[in-house]
Amino acid sequence: MTLLFGIPLSVLLGQLLLGLINGAFYALLSLGLAIIFGLLRIINFAHGAQYMLGAFAAWLGLSYLGVNYWVALLLAPLLVGAIGMAIERHLLRRIAGEDHLYGLLLTFGLALIVEGSFVKLFGVSGASYPMPELLKGGYNLGFMFLPTYRAWVVVAALVVCIATWYMIERTRLGSYLRAGTENPKLMQAFGINVPLLITLTYGYGAALAAFAGVLAAPIYPVSPTMGANLLIVVFAVVVIGGMGSIMGAIVTGLAMGLIEGLTKVFYPEAANTVVFLVMVIVLLVRPAGLFGKEA
Amino acid sequence: MTGLHTTPDFEQLRISDLHAFYGESHILHGIDLLVRRGELVTLLGRNGAGRTTTLRAIMNLVGRRTGSIMINGNETIGVAAHLIPRLGVGYCPEERGIFASLNVEENLLLPPTVRSGGMDLDEIYEMFPNLYERRFSQGTRLSGGEQQMLAMARILRTGANLLLLDEITEGLAPVIVQKLGQVLLKLKEKGLTIVLVEQNFRFAAPLADRHYLMEHGQIVEEIAAGELSAKQELLNTALGV
Repeated sequence: MTLLFGIPLSVLLGQLLLGLINGAFYALLSLGLAIIFGLLRIINFAHGAQYMLGAFAAWLGLSYLGVNYWVALLLAPLLVGAIGMAIERHLLRRIAGEDHLYGLLLTFGLALIVEGSFVKLFGVSGASYPMPELLKGGYNLGFMFLPTYRAWVVVAALVVCIATWYMIERTRLGSYLRAGTENPKLMQAFGINVPLLITLTYGYGAALAAFAGVLAAPIYPVSPTMGANLLIVVFAVVVIGGMGSIMGAIVTGLAMGLIEGLTKVFYPEAANTVVFLVMVIVLLVRPAGLFGKEA
Repeated sequence: MTGLHTTPDFEQLRISDLHAFYGESHILHGIDLLVRRGELVTLLGRNGAGRTTTLRAIMNLVGRRTGSIMINGNETIGVAAHLIPRLGVGYCPEERGIFASLNVEENLLLPPTVRSGGMDLDEIYEMFPNLYERRFSQGTRLSGGEQQMLAMARILRTGANLLLLDEITEGLAPVIVQKLGQVLLKLKEKGLTIVLVEQNFRFAAPLADRHYLMEHGQIVEEIAAGELSAKQELLNTALGV
């Protein structure tokens, strides 16, 4: 058996792959958080709940309506995105311009209400979502076994992340978003409907979370607390990458997944804390984050 | 653009009894002013007289405003901020508002077209050759003068026929101020209506048709271009020059 630093290569690569998959989820979720923070200046604590809603929408759709995985992958983000837009339009807009803390408290409260209701309705143990037929099985790469679904998760997350990055950095709509992030008042003075842009942005961020939720459904238990557990790490990722930086969120998400995976191999006890350790170091060295602009 | 000259007395902007507030502070105390199509009118006054607030109130960027603001014949006091530019208003803020996350060309293309008849990119680059050379530079990497050109050029593209320009010469080298003067003359020839907030009276005097003098959030004097020499004394006292 091939050894690398005294570790069997297959173990190392296996953990790296697991890390990459976690990283794909971190990237998707932190991307949504970064976009929302950029334009709304709100730390969206409901992001974990929106991720969980995506997974539940897929599971409920399959269990009660027979909606298959592929349709859910499209419909769940649309549904959660629409809920997100309603939340922005009717709740967040009322506190726009107030201290950022209100947005944090409001979204945190919403998350608690939604998660609490789901615990009441579905319990905490979590349901399992069947693997879609097309993505069952895997490939034997010689040095390790690659499950098809896990490869799919990484590819799908990367495609969505890069498409989002392209939309924001290279298109006209994206230039509105970037400019709106800098100076929303002036955008109004140019005739751009900033309130609508904000509603759409929040909806898109929520939809990204729901998309991640559907991707997660076949490999993680679909439970009301699935998002809350993940969200804390994702916040750390956003802080490391730099608040509001799009590429920073994507790259840091993937990198933190890999670092977690590596830590599992070499020092498993620290695997759950390594991201926070990185966060502390980054904050000491570059307070604005790795990709953030110095204020 | 000659079409604009067919109704010389058309009221492009009429403000009546305008009050504006930022939170609890009452900034404008009943402004009345009138700008006809094709005119270049300045708002003169010391810092804090309410000139910038007047422009911001026209764009509905202040906290609260009451009174009447008619733009191109439409009452706008109850109109949302993002709909006001679509009546043909272009606003160039004092801080210029160049976006750092956009390059020069993206900055130029940012404001949506509000009327037909705006300048296209080629015409803009012809008027401001520096911007063409630096079109892929980050907006805020430009010099102060270039940023000011960009802030002006940006609203010329939209086809706006009422331009609100706030302190466009502030802090710029004389040669650039001169260039801006030439640009304003060209825009006047095209029939555009311009409201200019200006500290540099010597820049504004030869360009303007009329001047409004502001003090403490009110208009205290209206001076036609021909009356300038007669009222020089009053102006010197008011502006503290």
